[in-house]
Amino acid sequence: MTNEIIILNGTILDEETEFSLLEICSICTVPAELVRDMVDEGLINPKGSGPKHWRFTSLEIRRIKRTVRLHRDLGINIPGCALVLELLDELEELRRLSRCP
Amino acid sequence: MEYKDYYAILGVKRDATQDEIKKAYRRLARKYHPDVSKEADAESRFKDVGEAYEVLSDPEKKAAYDRIGSNWKAGQEFKPPPNWDAGFQFSGGGFSGADFGGFSDFFEELFGRGRFAGSRQRSAGFRMQGENQYAKIAIRLEDAYHGSKQTITLSRAVVDQNGHVRTEPHTLQVTIPKGITEGQHIRLEGQGMPGIGGGPSGDLYLEIAFAEHPLFQVKGRDIYYTLPVTPWEAALGATVTVPTLGGKVELKIPPNSQGGKKLRLKGRGLSTAARSGDQYVTLRIVVPEAKTEQQKKLYRDMARLMPVNPRK
Repeated sequence: MTNEIIILNGTILDEETEFSLLEICSICTVPAELVRDMVDEGLINPKGSGPKHWRFTSLEIRRIKRTVRLHRDLGINIPGCALVLELLDELEELRRLSRCP
Repeated sequence: MEYKDYYAILGVKRDATQDEIKKAYRRLARKYHPDVSKEADAESRFKDVGEAYEVLSDPEKKAAYDRIGSNWKAGQEFKPPPNWDAGFQFSGGGFSGADFGGFSDFFEELFGRGRFAGSRQRSAGFRMQGENQYAKIAIRLEDAYHGSKQTITLSRAVVDQNGHVRTEPHTLQVTIPKGITEGQHIRLEGQGMPGIGGGPSGDLYLEIAFAEHPLFQVKGRDIYYTLPVTPWEAALGATVTVPTLGGKVELKIPPNSQGGKKLRLKGRGLSTAARSGDQYVTLRIVVPEAKTEQQKKLYRDMARLMPVNPRK
């Protein structure tokens, strides 16, 4: 049973797949207040004005999950996570440029 | 099952204080956190560090672990002595390794047993969807370009008939569609944690990452490649063969191209039916060494015939 192979075709969540606040909370298993804090901090930028109209893309899943892990594992608060993610984005870009000028 | 030396993993002495243990954990957690670290084995190191801290920071678990004795060596085949855990009750507690596939067999053997036994009995008449699971998979750029099937093995918690929780390897074969990019997710419905009381299973989310490629860099849908060319190819123009993810293509270098010039191969990036990516080729001019007198003379002739001040 353990090593049974199942072939799966999943749903692709790309930059065009959009989610409401409720949907993104359920996908990431996070409370809405936390997502609201992340939006306030500019960590994620949903389209639309106000929580009822927010539309998130799948790229936000990654940022939310990273924030949750950094917060839980390293005790970093939300503004700290925002700074870490910005610096990591910058680092990634610099690494790419250093390999391919 | 292999014995794990939690003290060695955290790099602390067996008589370390709680404060020292916490400091060591914090330092190593920052160093090996998979969201921050570039170390190749960051994920497994981080798991080990989290597991070691889970045990050594909890007085009950630490006392039970210490009772096993210090004569074991890391990696040594391990079987817990009978009744080693008499008098202890483990609550499970935090699960910082959860996103990265849970704890080791060694941990589960010592502390994992019976963790969910109570909750299963209580679950009669109570229905709940299983938790979503998350995993990051690193795929080759070629597989993203062409689309592919990937076999992935995840460890997942399963509850046996007696209510014991164990982690088991779980192998899935997943279709990777052509043109997938880094940071996108694949949702596999019903492949997360099993539901409670007959509730539906959660979903599994796979985050896509790319394994490092020896030739190409990638940004979004675009591929970047540095092409070494000779001065005469750059000056006179040439048609050269360039590797792309889809195979070799001929690229025309216009005459009088400078080093650093970017040429675009349209549609040669990560493309789907709806969106297309390009490949950018950056020229790097390789200057031949002047070794013989004749070669040196050639450079001096060039200096005379084509005077240029590149610093102007």
